[in-house]
Amino acid sequence: MRTCLIVDDSRVMRKVARRILEDVGFEIAEAGDGVEALAWCRAAMPDAILLDWHMPVMNGLEFLKHLRQEPGGDIPTVVFCTVENDRARIMDALDAGADEYIMKPFDGEIITSKFAQAGLV
Amino acid sequence: MKVDDALLISQLCAARAGLKIDPDKHYMMESRLAPVARRDGFASIADMLVELRARRDEKLIWAVVEAMAFGDTAFFRDAPVFDHLRDQVLPAAMQRREGGAVRIWSAACGSGQEIYSLAMMAADPPASAPSVRIDLYGSDLNERALEKAQSGLFTQFEVQRGLPIRKLVEHFEKQDDMWVISPRIRQMVRWRRINLVGDLSRLGQFDLILCRYVLNSLVEPMQARVLQSMVGALTPGGVLMLSPGDEVAGLHSALRPADGVPGLFERDPAYSAAA
Repeated sequence: MRTCLIVDDSRVMRKVARRILEDVGFEIAEAGDGVEALAWCRAAMPDAILLDWHMPVMNGLEFLKHLRQEPGGDIPTVVFCTVENDRARIMDALDAGADEYIMKPFDGEIITSKFAQAGLV
Repeated sequence: MKVDDALLISQLCAARAGLKIDPDKHYMMESRLAPVARRDGFASIADMLVELRARRDEKLIWAVVEAMAFGDTAFFRDAPVFDHLRDQVLPAAMQRREGGAVRIWSAACGSGQEIYSLAMMAADPPASAPSVRIDLYGSDLNERALEKAQSGLFTQFEVQRGLPIRKLVEHFEKQDDMWVISPRIRQMVRWRRINLVGDLSRLGQFDLILCRYVLNSLVEPMQARVLQSMVGALTPGGVLMLSPGDEVAGLHSALRPADGVPGLFERDPAYSAAA
């Protein structure tokens, strides 16, 4: 079973995303910020990461830059999921190594379609 | 909604556009016609239909039919279809038309996502592609859908349905809460209101016609008529992209299934439309 780490400081968002991604066959792990997420990845690199931008301690963009420098950090497909919807911010995320990008608010169809485009579904 | 009102709507849609609208689907009718009634200043759909019965105003009749013809669409809907068009169908057509033009028609384009998806593909041909112009045409029965298509403006939800993020940043700009497709892509497409059950013989011929999620929304005699028109509008060897499960009964001598994705047919080069 493929694994997905959901990184978001909102427990509600993690719960919503978990339901959607479990329905398409992912085993889910959760982290509330970038530091916690990095610890997860160092222990077991997931296949995919659904990543919020604004989080305490370490934000999504910083986490992604760190992740891509870790051994095996190029493996996870990273899908940003954030309220940031400016073109420049999206470019920042892609430049840092994001594979796909979801602008909140989203629905189940958007998440599954983005994961499909990234070859994960 | 009253049963006779629903029946009237269903009959009008079938008579004018060949549309198969189940008269029991009151909720769908109400959700699609409420904006039409509001726009035209009626207090309710029922009031609008009283006026429609009394005056048989063509403009109002078409406003009702067009609203019922509204179809759902998305960028790169059914990704394997677009992969196949990009990798097989388009290169073959470009090879055939080297030095000339490949003509592509999205026959029920709705708000334009399908034909814009093709435009984005055509805008970035592989370096090895032969020199050829690609003419893209989008048509729909629904005037409002066409206006939206021509505007190139899409909501945040719409640009997230099927559109890869790299294509969004490459071909769109943000405009307030909306996203607008680049002039370069918008200018690649020509638009026209077309009723597919009408006479299509003067449209010319196309190398590729997309007519997806259309046939099963038509009453049966009109399905055959539209298919026959499509065959006439295809160049010999041209490709017709239908939906999975669409039947081409009665036209097996004209259309042969093509490899790649379900719903893909090729016009037999030996077929004569006049035969």
